[in-house]
Amino acid sequence: MMISCEKAADICNKAQYKEASLWEKVKLKFHFIVCTTCAEYSKNNTKLTSLCNQARLAVLSDEEKKKMKENFNKVK
Amino acid sequence: MKIKNLNPNKWVDLYADYLFNYAVTRVSDTEIAKDLVQDTFIAGLKSAKNFKGESAERTWLIAILKRKIIDHYRKSNSKKGKAEVRMSYNSQLDAEGNWMEERIADPNSNFENNILENEELGLAIQNCISKLPKKQAQVFTMKTIQGMETEDICNALEINASNLWVMIHRARTSLMGCLNQNWF
Repeated sequence: MMISCEKAADICNKAQYKEASLWEKVKLKFHFIVCTTCAEYSKNNTKLTSLCNQARLAVLSDEEKKKMKENFNKVK
Repeated sequence: MKIKNLNPNKWVDLYADYLFNYAVTRVSDTEIAKDLVQDTFIAGLKSAKNFKGESAERTWLIAILKRKIIDHYRKSNSKKGKAEVRMSYNSQLDAEGNWMEERIADPNSNFENNILENEELGLAIQNCISKLPKKQAQVFTMKTIQGMETEDICNALEINASNLWVMIHRARTSLMGCLNQNWF
């Protein structure tokens, strides 16, 4: 039931990508009761996730960048 | 002091995503945005001799991109002139109330503000990502923005899952610190 802060951070990160199991999340919640630092970290981590979603970030794929470089090299 | 400090070979790797985000929020079409970014790089190369080194490379490229976006709208507007525009004051003929009042924007709406804020936020995050070590930025982008599966990223980059989570952890911690001042 007791987990280290490293383990807590690991679960917390996985939870941001919905990759933490229910049992892991229970252990995490339990850890927060005894560790306010991790609770605070988790709060900020979740905030980061929601900011990333809110910003609806877009990136070019590697394929698109490669093509862009090729086009760019033609004019150089 | 170096007067000119341009490095076109690295432009695509360093700035393509940042410029793409900037463009995509303004033209809301990924294909057009991509073309505009490409045009910006080419225009930047052609006018590289005009770069005075007063601003950062990225700021300079953004300035070019801004002009490309304006040009894009000018072009599409001149096409639009040929179409007929019909506007009715109200589509429902029997609607009650004052039409003028109904036309005026809702003062309580913060729709526009949200768009502006999200755009700034997007650039702020992109800026913070660009400050991360290259590998961390790559892993974070693949996982968070492209939404790739852990396994696929591990295969693509030839790392194991615990390596990936360590990098994700470092990237997220740095990003929290970087965004801390304005967004938390």
